[in-house]
Amino acid sequence: MSAAVTPSLAKPPSRTERILSVWERINRPIFYGILILWALIALAPFYFTLVFSLKPVAASYEPPLFWPSPFTLDNFRTVIQSFELFPRWLINSTIVSVTVTVLRVLFAAMAGYAFARIEFPAKNLLFSAMLISMMIPAQVTLIPKYIIIGPGLVRDLEIAGINIPTGFGLLNTLPGVMLHDLVTAFAVFMMTQFFKSLPRELEEAAMIDGLGRFGIFFRIVLPISQTHLLTLALLTFQGVWNEFLMPLVILRSPENFTLPIGLQWFQGEYYTLYSIVLAGSLFNTIPILILFFLFQRYFVQGIASTGLKDI
Amino acid sequence: MAAIPGARTKRRKRSEALTAYAFLAPYLFIFTVFMLFSLIYTVYLSFTRYNLLRPPEFWGLEGWERVLTDELFMTKALPNTFKYVLIVVPVQTVLSLVLAFAMDQKLRGRRLFRTIFYLPSITSSVVISLIFVWLFSPIGVINQLFNLNVNWLGDQRTAFYTIMLVNIFTTSGTLMLIFLAGLQDIPVTLYEAAEIDGANKLQSFLYVTIPLLRPVLFFVVTVGVIGGFQVFDQIFIMTEGGPVDSTTTIAYIIYKWAFRDTTIKMGQAAVAAVILMVIIFVITMLQRRVIEGSGTAV
Repeated sequence: MSAAVTPSLAKPPSRTERILSVWERINRPIFYGILILWALIALAPFYFTLVFSLKPVAASYEPPLFWPSPFTLDNFRTVIQSFELFPRWLINSTIVSVTVTVLRVLFAAMAGYAFARIEFPAKNLLFSAMLISMMIPAQVTLIPKYIIIGPGLVRDLEIAGINIPTGFGLLNTLPGVMLHDLVTAFAVFMMTQFFKSLPRELEEAAMIDGLGRFGIFFRIVLPISQTHLLTLALLTFQGVWNEFLMPLVILRSPENFTLPIGLQWFQGEYYTLYSIVLAGSLFNTIPILILFFLFQRYFVQGIASTGLKDI
Repeated sequence: MAAIPGARTKRRKRSEALTAYAFLAPYLFIFTVFMLFSLIYTVYLSFTRYNLLRPPEFWGLEGWERVLTDELFMTKALPNTFKYVLIVVPVQTVLSLVLAFAMDQKLRGRRLFRTIFYLPSITSSVVISLIFVWLFSPIGVINQLFNLNVNWLGDQRTAFYTIMLVNIFTTSGTLMLIFLAGLQDIPVTLYEAAEIDGANKLQSFLYVTIPLLRPVLFFVVTVGVIGGFQVFDQIFIMTEGGPVDSTTTIAYIIYKWAFRDTTIKMGQAAVAAVILMVIIFVITMLQRRVIEGSGTAV
């Protein structure tokens, strides 16, 4: 009897419930499938790059696809030893990236501190202007930037016999690549948001002790912000190391190129030597990869919390 | 008596303002020169004829008229740019959302997956483009692997889609991380409350996850749209706007007119730049309306 009664008391499962119970059983394999599939897609190009950079130049387009056979380290040797421009590009890229990273972190922290902590006239206006400027694509200001960094707006402007420069005259130089990039709205915004989240007590105590704004900033605020400064530094280094558009426009002679510009120039000149291009590409990727593995947590936090990255 | 403390606060306020501007000085210098002034100068240049050799010569609306009747701009660059954004943004948004959702299931090995997914995003666009030029060459790995015979980048039917593919490949990792952070920010208590109220998995996804993910979605779409409108590196390296201009976009045409063509047309390039800026502004505003519904701030 009771066996017949019980089922009639419980409502039969609705269709949604039935679908959901099936979903409960199959969702893990499906999610795993998605993750594995995309992981393969994401890894494949790098895997093939590695394999073919270890094959002779003549085999740039030849099977086997999955294994470097015949195996050779010649391409890497060419990149480091025979082709003297590669080390040069590596050094140029390092100079530009390190300089810009150090200065941008400092300048962004300074500006961010002012926005977060100090009251001053036109603060809201400047902050809004900064937010809006983040929407403006690099190409929109490309031409004026080029003119200002390089030849100047007006050539041979003479006032009272004195030649007044209207541009920085930095075409085809590394400082010309760095100048416009020394601080960005993104970096300032990121630091502002961070400083706003810091408790004020430490600074207030320091102020009572008679420390001025500069003392507070350099001796109190910067030391306790190391994590965030490092995060910004990593994102900046990555962005500048990979930067393409401005160096492309500013740099002219191969010995002044940064690595990305050099690589694409090399590919244009020696199209047939693709294994060497691939080996050179790895030189561009590996430093960032090492940084990423060492500081993965900071990269992920930085992007997750602010979504800031030069996409 | 009362005047003295008043004067003192005033002086203090002024010194605070001076300190603030001292802190802001490097940023304000860069912002003023390379953003504010450069923007104004771009607009000014759009009304001139300028080839770098002679000073800009005022040209009124002539440059605008030429651009708006230019065949390359009107029939290639403009529609291509929209086509690119309309395809790439939805695909990369949905893909990265799905990946983020799969990552949020607390499956084993997700740290490894996260690293792998992010790999394309930390690699420079130049390197990615160089690799893909080679992978997608007529005798490249892709054709060999799948036994195809497609001239991916040399055929105007496939070139633009190949470039889209490369960009989707590159950006999905970053966007996935942003979505994942958004998903993990949703308080567990909300899901628990929904469960107590009798919501099933689907309902809690529809009525808890999706609404709370809206600001993140807005952000991801905005970043995607802005990024999409300025796609350049990949086009420059992989196709140089060809074949038959099928991959020419506004961002590429700005570079082409200003720096590449034998007759430099800075003025017309500036027109294209202003148009690009206006498009991005309008679309971002519209998007804000659509995604945010009644227009609540992010």
